[in-house]
Amino acid sequence: MLIVTFASFVAAVVRTGAWRELVEEFSIVSLHVQPALALSLLALSASSRWLRRVSYPMGVVLTLGLALGATAITHRVGSSFYGLEPYAMDRPLFLAVAAAGLVLFYFHLRSRALSPALTEARLQALQARIRPHFLFNSITAVLPLVRSDPKRAEAALEDMADLFRVLMADNRDLAPLADEVELCRQYLDLEQLRLGERLTIDWHVDNMPRDAMVPPLVLQPLLENAVYHGIEPSPDPGVVSINIYHVRGEVHVVLRNPYRKEGQHHAGNKMALGNIRERLALHFDAEAGLESRVEDHAYQVHIRLPYVKAKPEVRGS
Amino acid sequence: MSHPQALRVVIADDEGPARNRMRDLLQDCAASLPIELTGEAANGCELIELLQEREADLVLLDIRMPQMDGLEAAQHLQKLADPPKIIFTTAFDTYAVKAFELHAVDYLLKPIRLRRLFDAISRARALTPLRLDMLKELAPEARTHLSVQERGRVILISVPDIVYLRAELKYVSIRTREREYLVEESLTRLEKEFASRFVRIHRSCLVAKAHLTGFERAAEAGEGGWSALLKGVDEKLPVSRRQAHVVREFGKTPL
Repeated sequence: MLIVTFASFVAAVVRTGAWRELVEEFSIVSLHVQPALALSLLALSASSRWLRRVSYPMGVVLTLGLALGATAITHRVGSSFYGLEPYAMDRPLFLAVAAAGLVLFYFHLRSRALSPALTEARLQALQARIRPHFLFNSITAVLPLVRSDPKRAEAALEDMADLFRVLMADNRDLAPLADEVELCRQYLDLEQLRLGERLTIDWHVDNMPRDAMVPPLVLQPLLENAVYHGIEPSPDPGVVSINIYHVRGEVHVVLRNPYRKEGQHHAGNKMALGNIRERLALHFDAEAGLESRVEDHAYQVHIRLPYVKAKPEVRGS
Repeated sequence: MSHPQALRVVIADDEGPARNRMRDLLQDCAASLPIELTGEAANGCELIELLQEREADLVLLDIRMPQMDGLEAAQHLQKLADPPKIIFTTAFDTYAVKAFELHAVDYLLKPIRLRRLFDAISRARALTPLRLDMLKELAPEARTHLSVQERGRVILISVPDIVYLRAELKYVSIRTREREYLVEESLTRLEKEFASRFVRIHRSCLVAKAHLTGFERAAEAGEGGWSALLKGVDEKLPVSRRQAHVVREFGKTPL
């Protein structure tokens, strides 16, 4: 409704502006139209708080009514002010309702046309993506195992299949935390294969609520970041630690990785963080949050989310 | 180095399994091509060290490596007396691959196919040496090291170790805590490349912000002259009047 208020204002300005440019005589028309529009807008914006609460059809009726009332008032006042013959009221009133109706109809169509595309685009943008490097480097890492250690090669390929199955799935619904952690283990096994002793993983998940429902791929991209920014740029071995626990109805996930100012891979990190933050907000609103900070050579991400178990109504957006 | 002699190959890749894979493939090639694996390195610095000890004809050089990546290592390599030919390897570097295509630089995409490697190695001796300007263009980010040629060796100087850089006629002298080196570079270009790290205090001098401890009034300069004080090096560098604003800004903005 607020959008309608604002948009009708824009539309009105455009419309009257065009009129004025078109023919000078129409300036007389705008003399009539402008005050009515201004008053309608004033009334609309003043009542926008209430309008937002009512249903859409009710809002349409009220908006039209407001436009009608405003036109009637300006017509009355205007004609007495200019000392004009008060002529028939029906024409301006009809025009006002028609104009307001048209504007409303236009925005209704527009929102219907635009919003599915917007939502789709947003969801697509929010789909977690794995770095292509990871795929190609992992395959390269598995290939020598095919000869030297076929059993391990098999396990690695199975991990890869599971990981990509989740990455390519529609991840709009919440999934159990235990599944996400399992996925992270598979992902980290692959990274370990590639990086060997350069990567040490430190799990602290004894107090983890396995049944907590979380957005899928809420942790894996963060671990990917931890490896990409914390381990890969350094020739020395490093530790990635994962700490998951719950206190007072909240689930906490704390990830830490070494931080080096020198030789950082640049960019890419903020995108993943923003992405996860937005998905958390879509599902849990202000109840969830993500904070990141740098402290003595360590980079830390802390996620906090409500401890909800599988329930049909826990579905965001 | 007569022709029937085996091609001496070095593998440079930070990931062990990737080196294993390359070793397997080279063994497969060796059945029909005379190849000799001379050594393996896990990053650019190790590679240059290795090549000082053992000569090689070809380096299979991964682009992304910690400490010093392949594109930078390729630049420093050119200072060796007899630089090896280079074939880059990469998992996914759209930008670099485009440039390689453009400049007809040989590269292999990981996972590498035996056939592709075989073809590349067969042609290796005929490869044209890489052009330094092209390599620089490919790696627009600041280097991690500067390199100096001394008595047939290439010495790498880690950029964070540099205290100051001073222009001297055709050369730039690099001062570290331990000693001084001369390189053929331009001070202006170095200033641009390492803008976030060095500050210009004189027309001919760039000082590392990390090594700058403060300023003091220069006794000999008299009217308003300043000298820069350095960490780890007992020298005072004159600040030119034109750059005196550096003194005023020092400490105000986090350097």
